[in-house]
Amino acid sequence: MKDTQMTNAKISTKGVQVHYADTHAIKDVSVEIADKTVTAFIGPSGCGKSTFLRCINRMNDTIDSCRVTGDIRIEGEDIYDVKVDPVQLRAKVGMVFQKPNPFPKSIYDNVAYGPKIHGLARNKAELDEIVEKSLRKAALWNEAKDRLLSPGTGLSGGQQQRLCIARAIATAPEILLMDEPCSALDPIATAQVEELIDELQKSFSVVIVTHSMQQAARVSQKTAFFHLGNLVEYGDTDKIFTNPEDPRTESYISGRIG
Amino acid sequence: MTHKSLLTADVRTKKRNAAEARFKAYGLGAIVVAMLALALLLTSVVSTGSSAFKQTYATISVPLTEAKLDKSGTRDLAVMKKVTTIGYTRLLRDGIVTAVEELGLETTLSAKDIGKMLSKEAAATVRNRVLANPEIVGTSVEFKLLTNGRIDGYFKGRVTMESAALDGNTSPEELQLAQQLADAGVFVTTFNWAFLTAPDASDQRPEAAGLGVAILGSLYMMIVVLVLALPIGVAASIYLEEFAPKNRWTDVIEVNISNLAAVPSIVYGILGLAIFINFMKFNQSSPMVGGLVLTLMTLPTIIISTRAALKSVPPSIRDAALGVGASKMQSVFHHVLPLAAPGILTGTIIGLAQALGETAPLLLIGMVAFVREYPAAYSADAGLFGEASTALPVQVFNWTQRADPGFVERASGAIITLLIFLLIMNAIAIFLRRKFERRW
Repeated sequence: MKDTQMTNAKISTKGVQVHYADTHAIKDVSVEIADKTVTAFIGPSGCGKSTFLRCINRMNDTIDSCRVTGDIRIEGEDIYDVKVDPVQLRAKVGMVFQKPNPFPKSIYDNVAYGPKIHGLARNKAELDEIVEKSLRKAALWNEAKDRLLSPGTGLSGGQQQRLCIARAIATAPEILLMDEPCSALDPIATAQVEELIDELQKSFSVVIVTHSMQQAARVSQKTAFFHLGNLVEYGDTDKIFTNPEDPRTESYISGRIG
Repeated sequence: MTHKSLLTADVRTKKRNAAEARFKAYGLGAIVVAMLALALLLTSVVSTGSSAFKQTYATISVPLTEAKLDKSGTRDLAVMKKVTTIGYTRLLRDGIVTAVEELGLETTLSAKDIGKMLSKEAAATVRNRVLANPEIVGTSVEFKLLTNGRIDGYFKGRVTMESAALDGNTSPEELQLAQQLADAGVFVTTFNWAFLTAPDASDQRPEAAGLGVAILGSLYMMIVVLVLALPIGVAASIYLEEFAPKNRWTDVIEVNISNLAAVPSIVYGILGLAIFINFMKFNQSSPMVGGLVLTLMTLPTIIISTRAALKSVPPSIRDAALGVGASKMQSVFHHVLPLAAPGILTGTIIGLAQALGETAPLLLIGMVAFVREYPAAYSADAGLFGEASTALPVQVFNWTQRADPGFVERASGAIITLLIFLLIMNAIAIFLRRKFERRW
């Protein structure tokens, strides 16, 4: 595997290993992820790309049998240090999940929940502002502004996913992790979310796991290809898709494996 | 294989369809049997018990002769208390005999037999009223008094002329006179509030027996169970389900909780007797001990249903909460618990209903006692819920053991009351589940 060096690495990992009970899910992954770019993780099912993504905001902590070793740093700070509280980390590293999972509450409450528990707003007016800003960024404001108090679960699938994105960015994170955010959406909703990712890239470092190579090619600047827990290849998206170095990457991209 | 015409079913298909039709018939049969059993149960209970909610009273004017009730004339309570109910019984007899004479009713009965038509409880009623208001002595006061259980039974159809002829406690003549008195409006059968409010009565006076103490005792126990079992059960379930590591210890605990739910309730009674009464020295027959025992019994039910409710909350909700940076506790209390609340409430109410109908453990901690005094919720001597009491199912048990046929009616009436309480609780459970159920 080629070591990639970058000047403005937002996230840098070295020798990350993840074990679930008996399985070795991630084998020695080192990667540097740049700020204000979209980085796509691609690979066949079970290759460990989602697991690796979940290491970055320590969501794997919730799985009892999961052990993470190695070094993951965000802006040079080791996030697995004993002094790090995952709660603070997750406010800084937002996450959007595969299946839209709004809270069964109003649209407003969905977005306001994060800022509320982190004390980001001093009063109702500020909170209203955060909610509006987040919904605007998530391109949901026009559709939702007249029904802020109706339940978030009543929205369509694509709207729900954008609501989840709004909820994630409401806590003003610096990094946004997206775990196959479009896999449960139809092509139109997917297009909307992709457009949104393009927009979000200006303010966040976005890491997206995707099953669709076309999507990776469309939205990302950097692509990492995972296979059987190994990071096979990592580099500029254009290069990976047009001129991959590793034969496995080539096979996957051309549809021979995976 | 060549296919035959689709218009004629082949042998295999016919067999399969027949099997399905048979299975449906079995299912329907099972439901019919269950409904019949339920109908039979309800009819038998309602037909014998509904009359407990009616009671025959005699409205008569009783001469409260000063010479009999207060010889000193000083209205000194200490002196007046020396006159027992026997003294009052004579006055009551005079009262009812006068009423019979004034109405000009013909009877061959002696004055003593006429007096017997009133309940033994009636004298106590009058005595209590006199002792509470000594100034009424010397006047004639109109009282609404209980009639004897046999007379009462006659108006409810339980006692007939034929059965009275064979009965040493009453006679056809008494019933004829009672009928005449009822026609004259002296004996009136009305709704029996006293059945729900009065305390238990002794073996000879079923007409006076009520459920007041039992309902109060059951209420106190339910308060104890609710206050203890709900928070302990919910906290234990949340810890086990959301926080506890999954290891051998939690497995052992889990298996044991499931086993505890299946332990016969009388075992909890023995446990309660040993721990709460013999070791911790709580009062016997007190709602506190009953409540504690029922708490132990209800806890596994509540824990199991709460855990099921917590499990049914989709994990994506937990992920969502953790993903925006909520702590474990915030994710549980802000999101998981509200979504699990209907299930928890339903489980709790069903646990409470189970506890309300439980008899066996209460027998062992002495709640079968004959209790005439309403237990106070708190008293300085006995402490919180420490006064002797009885409970609804135990009262049923108690009454079914008594000889007088009047108690059969009372026991069935108590069962109806218990069923109504259970019905209300289950209705609340269903209502809460419907109201708070959310879809996601």
